[in-house]
Amino acid sequence: MTGQPRLRPAPARLAALRPLPAGGPARAVYLALALLVVLGWVLFALRGEQFLTMENIVGIQQRSAALGIVAIGQTMVILAGSLDLSVAYLISLTSLVAAETMAGGDGMVVPAIAAVLAVSATVGLVNGLVVTGLRVHAFIATLGVGLIVAGLLDARYDGPAGSVPASFQHLGYDRIGPLPVSALLWAAVAAAAWFLLRRTRLGHRIYAVGGDAEVARLSGVRTGRVVVAAHVICSVCAGIGGLLLASRLGAGAPTVGTDGGYDLESIAAVVLGGTALAGGRGGVAGTVGGVLLLAVLDSVFNQLEIDSFAKDVVRGVVLVAALAIYARGRRTP
Amino acid sequence: MLKMTGIGKSFQGVRVLSGVDLEAAAGEVHAVVGENGAGKSTLMKILAGVHSPDEGTIEIDGRPVTFGHPIEAQRSGVAIIHQEFNLLPERTVAQNVFLGREPGRWGLVDRAAMESATAELLHSLGEETFGPGDLVRRLSVAQQQVVEIAKALSLNARIVVMDEPTAALAEHEVGLLYALVRRLTARGITVLYISHRLREVFELADRITVLKDGSRVATEAAAGLDTAALVRLMVGRELDAHFPARAGGPPGEVVLSVRGGGNARLRDIDLEVRAGEIVGLAGLQGSGRTELAKALFGAEPFTTGEMRPRRPRSAREGIAAGIGLVTEDRKAEGLLLGQRVRDNALLVARATGGGRPAVEKLLERVRLSPPRPELEVRTLSGGNQQKVVLAKWMTVAPRVLLFDEPTRGVDVGAKAAIHDLMRELARDGTGILMISSELPELIGMSDRVIVLRDGRIAGELPAGATEEAVMHLAAAS
Amino acid sequence: MKRALPIFVVLAGLLVAIAVANPYFLEPPSLLAFVKRAAPLVILAAGQYFVIVSGEFDLSVGSLVTAEVVIAARLIDGSAAATWPVLALLIVLGPLVGLVNGTVTTVLRVPSFITTLAMLLILSGAVFLWTGGAPRGALSPQFRELGRGGLGPVPWSALILLAAAAAAIWVMRSGYGHRLIAAGDNDRAAALSGVHVARVRTVAFMVSGLSAAIAAILLGGFAGVSAQVGQGLEFQAITAVVLGGVALGGGRGSVVAAMAGAFTLEALFTLLNLYGISGALEPAVQGVIIIAAVALGAVSLPRRKAAAA
Repeated sequence: MTGQPRLRPAPARLAALRPLPAGGPARAVYLALALLVVLGWVLFALRGEQFLTMENIVGIQQRSAALGIVAIGQTMVILAGSLDLSVAYLISLTSLVAAETMAGGDGMVVPAIAAVLAVSATVGLVNGLVVTGLRVHAFIATLGVGLIVAGLLDARYDGPAGSVPASFQHLGYDRIGPLPVSALLWAAVAAAAWFLLRRTRLGHRIYAVGGDAEVARLSGVRTGRVVVAAHVICSVCAGIGGLLLASRLGAGAPTVGTDGGYDLESIAAVVLGGTALAGGRGGVAGTVGGVLLLAVLDSVFNQLEIDSFAKDVVRGVVLVAALAIYARGRRTP
Repeated sequence: MLKMTGIGKSFQGVRVLSGVDLEAAAGEVHAVVGENGAGKSTLMKILAGVHSPDEGTIEIDGRPVTFGHPIEAQRSGVAIIHQEFNLLPERTVAQNVFLGREPGRWGLVDRAAMESATAELLHSLGEETFGPGDLVRRLSVAQQQVVEIAKALSLNARIVVMDEPTAALAEHEVGLLYALVRRLTARGITVLYISHRLREVFELADRITVLKDGSRVATEAAAGLDTAALVRLMVGRELDAHFPARAGGPPGEVVLSVRGGGNARLRDIDLEVRAGEIVGLAGLQGSGRTELAKALFGAEPFTTGEMRPRRPRSAREGIAAGIGLVTEDRKAEGLLLGQRVRDNALLVARATGGGRPAVEKLLERVRLSPPRPELEVRTLSGGNQQKVVLAKWMTVAPRVLLFDEPTRGVDVGAKAAIHDLMRELARDGTGILMISSELPELIGMSDRVIVLRDGRIAGELPAGATEEAVMHLAAAS
Repeated sequence: MKRALPIFVVLAGLLVAIAVANPYFLEPPSLLAFVKRAAPLVILAAGQYFVIVSGEFDLSVGSLVTAEVVIAARLIDGSAAATWPVLALLIVLGPLVGLVNGTVTTVLRVPSFITTLAMLLILSGAVFLWTGGAPRGALSPQFRELGRGGLGPVPWSALILLAAAAAAIWVMRSGYGHRLIAAGDNDRAAALSGVHVARVRTVAFMVSGLSAAIAAILLGGFAGVSAQVGQGLEFQAITAVVLGGVALGGGRGSVVAAMAGAFTLEALFTLLNLYGISGALEPAVQGVIIIAAVALGAVSLPRRKAAAA
């Protein structure tokens, strides 16, 4: 008897007027991506240059991989109706855990990976439990956990530490044919996440909890567990991002995550891909598109040799423009 | 089949149910009626495992059961269909039906199995208008109700609780619901039917249990009761005059008029409301009744036509033109649930800079009980909440007040109080336009009835028109 | 008021704890120094309160503070004559940014989390694009007087804070304050009752922008010019508001409690310093306390649904 009626039939006229088809935003972001590529190509063709050379494409993929993986994790928590602001600190932490455990030795790569996964899963567990068990708003909960991780980092590290062996750096720099290994890793994570959301019970329940937690609860879904699971997955993704960055840097660094702005940027990529910030609607495909869009944008700027600060401005504008278009497509009261 | 004995429940020291017994047989439609606050919903929520009882036992098929969680009740074959559907609009029908119990193994979902099972369920309910892959958001309210019922069946429910199932249905969909209920009972399923609409209760129920103030007053065969006797049981008195008498005098000047009003949902609207009259607005759900009220008010404005005193383009302009709207859905559109009665009552006055009205007097005038302005509105009963909405509008004394389903979900006592207030307002010169799906109320209250069909005015009937005449105009093709 | 009470108890407890460690703390000079240090955050929290109680977020205030300080330094460049015009410019710029945030959020219906996140990107990008990567120029002594100096023993920032607090309380008691809370509680009901929801919310963003401008002026004077001056302030301000028992999502809580939340946060930092938990672990302790405070608030004051129907 509480709350508002949850469902209202969408009047037919609105359905007819909708500028975006069902599942629109995910498709819209790819449309925008294609448009951007064409524009870039034309622009550079006019300047007598080539856009999207092989080098370019590889660069885009490599730059996107870490953000892409983190954003996949962020997609999970956002779909579940939560949010994770701690990923940036966690990336720093796991890059250090990886590099210090490996300490340049080939033999320690596997234990290091295990340690990173364990650490990140633990942080995710804490995030999830604070959100569900203590009922702290995800914004505050993950901000708080992020601060705790930040404090530990500050207390222990002044700068880069540890080192990864040359064998592990293959992850960051090698490629198979035109495809960088890091991009393949990203693709694998994305595919796994897609499969999880589409084909598994957990995935269905993540949508349910994010869509309406009360409905899910009344249908027998243990909503707390679902949210915790989403947080663990998100943190593990951040951990994988940390591994990737450690491999790229050759060491761990206490500010690599925050410098990259992975917290807010991953959220930006997710919503750019059409996933609703409130949860329950969207998916991995859109997020991948969102990340690629940001990366191609970057690439255009790089080639135009525009100041890096201008990129932030354009990103901000693109973000608002995209969300404004989605808001027009969906009539949200 | 089902036997609840001596059920008692208190919330924060307030006794809501005491010693309630309820028995229902397989294949029976058992109606549970009572005023708001009588404890119907709490009793049903106990049966569905939403609340656990403080005392008493529940037996199903002779075995005692206790439910700590809705899922346990579901496993014992109890399904509840709430007034507000428990569906996810962004998911498909099949995903909703099997939410929390997706078929498959090793944590994977067998989509094909899920969809075919859903298709089968829909087929068995005679539903052909949508399929398992459709998004729930695209379905009508009646179709969504079918999804809820399919969900109950997929749980192998043997007891289905329906809480005010027709509240959101259009007239012609109610018949489909009756048919659906009969399909369920034909399978031996017990249906517990909660409704304020006594006509439905007599149409469907085999037996009727009456609750009053948290206790059971009676359980009787429906055949042995009539409306008057039932109302007497519910309120403990005979409501001889259902509706307060009309003022009788000639109506005053025209306070609101439209010529050729139209927008995306409405066409060629001509109507007038005079000071001191109550104009009823009838029509099937989807005929544009709410849209007309919102257009007159300005919230979803007319795009064409002439209107006096002026054509508002927003709610603010409507209020400035002396129009008020008591919305259909008071929780979503009428009230600030987290704020005090006082802040709600003053909302319109503050929003429009309309002075500092005396709240206490107003609350007395709308018969808020208890008349305490410091209470949070979310803690009030539906009837009291509606009175707060009325107080909110009375602070600015609009010349025209539009009522959209003013007594929906309101108990019998508060209903009478709201009817009295509407008459009082009319007597004081307010022009009133009233929408109601309950034809006896509409006809009983209105000086004339305008019937809407497909966004146009289908005709007008004088006071005292029969329900049949109204229905004929509303439904004729 | 019920929800606001705990924060005052916590604040009092912290002040007592500080006084135990440092008995001089309760004497006027060091108490005033504390107020001076806290003033920018308290003012920011008051501004953020307006946005949060209307049901929105403002993540752009931190970078707005940075932007204002950097702009001031570049334009003033040590010149006394330029001080007052630039101050006026800063005071106008803050609400202007809020106007953009509010308009994009209400008219284009972009979630404010994203709008203000984008504004954060745009502001920090634009300012450094303009200055070429690092702050240039310098603030004039006259400018810095506001953040550093005082009227006799009383710091200017304490007086400005007092004025801002009085104004905030007065505004929240006015018709606008009631409309703002109405919009935060249920924007549809508010709109159908004649509240101009978009305008009310936009004004809230402008108030937040104004508070960022004032905070920037005080911080610039107090701490000087740097590219990090506003870093993380948005999260601190939101934390302070939430500590004060104001619900994210809108409609609940008082501006006084929000400001008390900011004082509490500042007292916490002071206490940590006193006990030698300096710099490094500070964020960690802060994180624990925030989670604990909000969790306790959630447990002791459950928002139960109406039970009986």
